[in-house]
Amino acid sequence: MILIGERINGMFKDVRNAILNRDPEPIKDLAIRQTKAGARYLDINTGPTVAPEEQPAVMEWLVKVAQEVSPLPCCLDSTNPDAIEAGLKVHRGKAMINSTTADQWKMDIYFPMAAKYGAAIIGLAMNEKGVPKDANDRIALAMELVANADAHGIPMEDLYIDPLILPVNVAQDHCPEVLEAIRQVKILASPPPRTVLGLSNVSQRCPERSLLNRTYLVMAMTAGLDAAIVDVEDEALVDAAATANILLNREIYCDAWLKTFRQR
Amino acid sequence: MAVTIAKERWTSKIAEVTIGTEPNAIKVGGDGTLPFLHFEGEMPNPPKIALEILDMEPPEWPAPLVEAYAGVMGDPVAWAKKCAEFGPDAIAISLVSAHPDNKNASPEEVAATVKAVADAVPLPLIILGCGNEDKDVEIFPAVAEAVSGRNFLLGPATAQNYKTIVAACMVHGHNVIAQSPLDINLAKQLNILITEMAMAPSRIMMDVATASLGYGLEYCYSIMERARIGALAGDKMLAMPIILLVGQEAWKTKEAKTGSNAEWGDQYRRALLWEVVTAVALAQAGGALFVLRHPESLKHLRAHLEAMMRPNTY
Repeated sequence: MILIGERINGMFKDVRNAILNRDPEPIKDLAIRQTKAGARYLDINTGPTVAPEEQPAVMEWLVKVAQEVSPLPCCLDSTNPDAIEAGLKVHRGKAMINSTTADQWKMDIYFPMAAKYGAAIIGLAMNEKGVPKDANDRIALAMELVANADAHGIPMEDLYIDPLILPVNVAQDHCPEVLEAIRQVKILASPPPRTVLGLSNVSQRCPERSLLNRTYLVMAMTAGLDAAIVDVEDEALVDAAATANILLNREIYCDAWLKTFRQR
Repeated sequence: MAVTIAKERWTSKIAEVTIGTEPNAIKVGGDGTLPFLHFEGEMPNPPKIALEILDMEPPEWPAPLVEAYAGVMGDPVAWAKKCAEFGPDAIAISLVSAHPDNKNASPEEVAATVKAVADAVPLPLIILGCGNEDKDVEIFPAVAEAVSGRNFLLGPATAQNYKTIVAACMVHGHNVIAQSPLDINLAKQLNILITEMAMAPSRIMMDVATASLGYGLEYCYSIMERARIGALAGDKMLAMPIILLVGQEAWKTKEAKTGSNAEWGDQYRRALLWEVVTAVALAQAGGALFVLRHPESLKHLRAHLEAMMRPNTY
């Protein structure tokens, strides 16, 4: 199970201030903390307050600062292709692009970029019409992502399909549909593409966020989820992921499983 | 129609362990694929073979072994030199004289023997305990010190006694054998405990408990296979190369001990086959270092491994 640490995101006030002041210390601190907590990737997002023309420079700066103190690869998170490419240029190791949609014009930008830099890439099962309402429509879009990635020679283990989870308090019926979509993505190709969720979205504006997040994470893992963008400093959540990993026989049991999961 | 060869893409490798010092150091492990799948990944170090001696005259060894080492079995130095003539990669010495049921030899006595053997043969040593976990804790600090800095392989360290033995290895620059009783979960846990003492994973070999042909070999095989697949998929706490004490197990069997008779045929041939076939099967499961007893078995296993190391690219 691959956990992607969500905290280096300009939506958070501490990160926004660090970006505005070009202060590397809070970014370094977050990179170190998330690495210790069990992250396998660090998500890097400049946030909405940075002007589009400044986003490439900010992305480059964030990647450099984070990788200065952490051995982890980054998940470059932006809707601006120039910002993503700026991050890829300075990135050490195998990056992950976050993300393309199933819109043809976007796939035509991002899949060649992933191929050029040897990066993994997240494909969102949505297009300009928005998030699909059920599993079938998600799978139709996932199939387009798979076909386009394959056409660019991107191996399936580098393609992460995100079937998109919405907050349970506004779109409760999507929760089981996403689980079904995860199951079906796994039979789209052989070897199958990987799957990812932006997990925290399920609990937006709800009470008991940690409980909702970790419960849904375990349910999704059972359906075949490979990766999730999460708050890795939520200890109960990481414990649940580690335990599900063991109970699904994805990793060999030992008494120290909570520790080994974080040390990976 | 062309056949496409399915190749697994592994993300990780078996750790590489170096035993001994140049120019006679040996390297084991480092594999990036399942055993002998040369078309799929690297197998940089062919499996190595050691011959085992005891630090006292063995009371009840089967005739084929007694004949092979006639005249040297009472003297560990002479015995080690004799073994070295057969061309093993390493010599294993079992300090059975220290066992309370045997001579209950003192730590100083066994340390002196190990030092004498180490100085007499240029090969790396594998130094095996007496079979009593408590007594092993007493002897290993003295033994490790006597051959300090020689980068030998010491053990077994078990979940009960690893602390002192690992500490002795770290202080005196040796590698350690982590032993678990045919239990992959305990094997992994013990590796974690040992690395938590700041022992580098590249200084640990696993002994998952060898089982001979006819006596549970398939359990040993399954554990090795599962550990190997876990390690190649990224589980670093199961990525230590595996040592197999084949000689000890094979020569305990009734098939090796029973004399020649009409029904079972010639003992020499039968016993040798038991040792070699056990080793060959476990080589397929990913064994990195084989400790044998008979010099003729060494020859047969060597020939087999050389054939298995021929590239099979597609």
